[in-house]
Amino acid sequence: MIAELGHYALVLALGLALVQAVVPIYGARQNDPILMSVAGAAAVAQFLFVALAFGALVACYVTSDFSVTNVFENSHSAKPLIYKITGVWGNHEGSMLLWVLILSVFGALVALFGTNLPAKLKANVLAVQSWVAFAFYLFILTTSNPFLRMSPAPMEGRDLNPILQDPGLAIHPPLLYFGYVGFSISFSFAIAALIEGKIDAAWARWVRPWTLLAWMFLTAGIAMGSYWAYYTLGWGGWWFWDPVENASLMPWIAGTALLHSAVVMEKRNALKVWTILLAILAFSLSLVGTFLVRSGVLTSVHAFASDPARGVFILMILTLFIGGGLTLFAWRAPLLKQGGLFAPISREGALIFNNLLLLVACAAVFFGTLYPLALEALTGQKISVGAPFFNMTFGPLFAVLLVAVPFGPLLAWKRGDLLGVTQRLLGAAALGVIGIVVTFAVEGGGPVLVPFAFGLAIFVITGAVTDLIERTAFLKVPLGTAFARARGLPRSAWGTALAHIGLGVTLLGIVGETQLGTERIAELKPGQTISIRRYDLHFDDIVERRGPNYSEVAARFTVRRGGEVIGTMEPSKRSFPSRGSGTTESALMTRGVGQIYLSLGEANPDGSIAVRLYHKPLVLLIWLGAVVMVIGGGLSLSDRRLRIGAPKPARSKAVLQPAE
Amino acid sequence: MRFVYMRFVYMRFASMRIAYVFLIALTLLTAPRAALAVQPDEILTDPALEGRARALSKELRCMVCQNQSIDDSDAPLARDLRLLVRERLKDGDSDRQVIDFLVARYGEFVLLKPRLSLHTALLWFGPPALLCGGALALFFVARRRNRRGPDEEVKPEGGDLTAAEQARLAELLKSES
Repeated sequence: MIAELGHYALVLALGLALVQAVVPIYGARQNDPILMSVAGAAAVAQFLFVALAFGALVACYVTSDFSVTNVFENSHSAKPLIYKITGVWGNHEGSMLLWVLILSVFGALVALFGTNLPAKLKANVLAVQSWVAFAFYLFILTTSNPFLRMSPAPMEGRDLNPILQDPGLAIHPPLLYFGYVGFSISFSFAIAALIEGKIDAAWARWVRPWTLLAWMFLTAGIAMGSYWAYYTLGWGGWWFWDPVENASLMPWIAGTALLHSAVVMEKRNALKVWTILLAILAFSLSLVGTFLVRSGVLTSVHAFASDPARGVFILMILTLFIGGGLTLFAWRAPLLKQGGLFAPISREGALIFNNLLLLVACAAVFFGTLYPLALEALTGQKISVGAPFFNMTFGPLFAVLLVAVPFGPLLAWKRGDLLGVTQRLLGAAALGVIGIVVTFAVEGGGPVLVPFAFGLAIFVITGAVTDLIERTAFLKVPLGTAFARARGLPRSAWGTALAHIGLGVTLLGIVGETQLGTERIAELKPGQTISIRRYDLHFDDIVERRGPNYSEVAARFTVRRGGEVIGTMEPSKRSFPSRGSGTTESALMTRGVGQIYLSLGEANPDGSIAVRLYHKPLVLLIWLGAVVMVIGGGLSLSDRRLRIGAPKPARSKAVLQPAE
Repeated sequence: MRFVYMRFVYMRFASMRIAYVFLIALTLLTAPRAALAVQPDEILTDPALEGRARALSKELRCMVCQNQSIDDSDAPLARDLRLLVRERLKDGDSDRQVIDFLVARYGEFVLLKPRLSLHTALLWFGPPALLCGGALALFFVARRRNRRGPDEEVKPEGGDLTAAEQARLAELLKSES
């Protein structure tokens, strides 16, 4: 009954989506406020129905209703409650339902908080949003329905893949999807602007908070996924240039470019056409990502060809929205007037430079991800494109971009003074050089790139701090005045600085982990000791334990540093009888921002066990940097002029803005 | 027959493992059996040679996995390839010779960084071409604008408001003052 309720709710959402896709846009053309206002109500109702459908599926999982095929295939009655719930999106059908749930959340948010939007724009935005929703509801109902029953109902489910029975599954996919799907709002705004043939600086101000929100979620989602892979896969890798990762990285890069170009549009009324194109591009790449992950094309081109129902459907959605969006763009964009002239050396110029490099980096990822698929589909030739290719192409582009990062915020709008900015950055550059020299001295004969990368990271961080110091006139004016100025700075200025600092912090982590880490691989018996850097790990014994739905063999190690006990580590191997499979649980010990990483391999007949031990200096900075970026995004989002649903004064300001 | 089966199992699991962790995969699959990549018994006694072997391993694909190097993969084939690489290195092959040997044996598919040739030209030159093209386009746009002169600043579009917007603007201005 509950499953049927969910199914029915989803069908109703499909119907509502159709209404919302057509009526408001007609209303906008006819200038009919009542027809336009249908959009808001329909968006909220759509959200309620999808939430009902999602809730119904969760209920089926929680009560272990194995007569529902999807529950049978992905759940087990002995599974802890949290994994019963997260298991809902641990499979194709359920994760697509989460996808549309988040899509409807964004639609409802625009309906509820977009009160300061002009009625026509709002109606068009929500209608476009609903086109996307309609396509995906139809996709779920026709090819990926999670509510189908089976008869007779089995007694027990097949269980969720053990590797997914992890708190990471509770957090990572929702965050990532909020990011992915969030770009649909930017897309809808862009298409709505093209339909109206009118766009101004206020448009950028309205679209920016949504883009920023999506970007923050995507940043957090990617970082979270990376940390999850790091601790769960057992060899401490945190980024693999795997197509599924690239699928989330491409929208992130395009979204980052969009955020930057929207700044130019908002402040200077320039780069309009470009910003629209980026908004279309960011969501298109989200759709490409969905296609890559959901169609099965990655597993093999042939698997896709032999069971193409889902893949072809997504491919059609992809073609429709990307092709349609770009066609509309080509047709209507020439109508948009360009404004705001500027010299090449200026804040605008710097942001264009940023956009160029980001997009080329994005293209490198795109080529690397899709080229082998295309080549095999067209010629049958099989090639591999892996980490070495991406490091070689993506790496240098980002290095150049990072050198430029501190310059951007310091350059003036319209016409900047590169020499002056360089002089103001001399302090930061000097610190960077000191970083290079110190690393050289400490590291001796290590890889040559390491000191330069460290220097670059320090330059990026201190460069961002320089911007803040300049703006607050810190140390130039009395301290009290500087603090007052710091409080008076727009929060978006703090946001920019923090996001750029985060970038530098992440770079520090990446260099530390990849270049300065050490590794030990050995076979140990209880009683033996293994050492790494200044740490000695003594293998005490092996214990066997039982969890709720698994049994576990754990190896206990006592960790000493200079003879002093600083803790214990217990890596283990779990086996899950329901699937006849298992996981490796590595043990992590955090020391400052570095970690000791210990995981178990195969046990040998003679009682010894293979262990892998890593010392990973600075590794936590990789993700802390992402956290700093997200905090920067949050500060920027809370900036008065961007606040969603800002109170009256800000509202009238926003409306007045176009006439500036 | 058994080999075919193993191949299948590992293709399913190794390929999807990262996929699973990153973005929930779509198929039910033979679940992973946890293991480590480089095993202790594989490691060469000569650290220089072992270092070269590790570096080479990172550039070579585990052919039955998706996008995993033989250095990361725990599939039996990856282990065989790791041992093979070390074997060749011990026999005095150069890095280049080892790679050539593997390409001759398994095809270009084994390289994680494809060689530059006719069919990979677009892959290697695509992004740089985009960079150059983009830079050129920007240069020409900037030059055209400079010719037009800075005094021809385009009027912001706020100027042409619709009647309804004009009314609202007037109303707002009234309420502000």
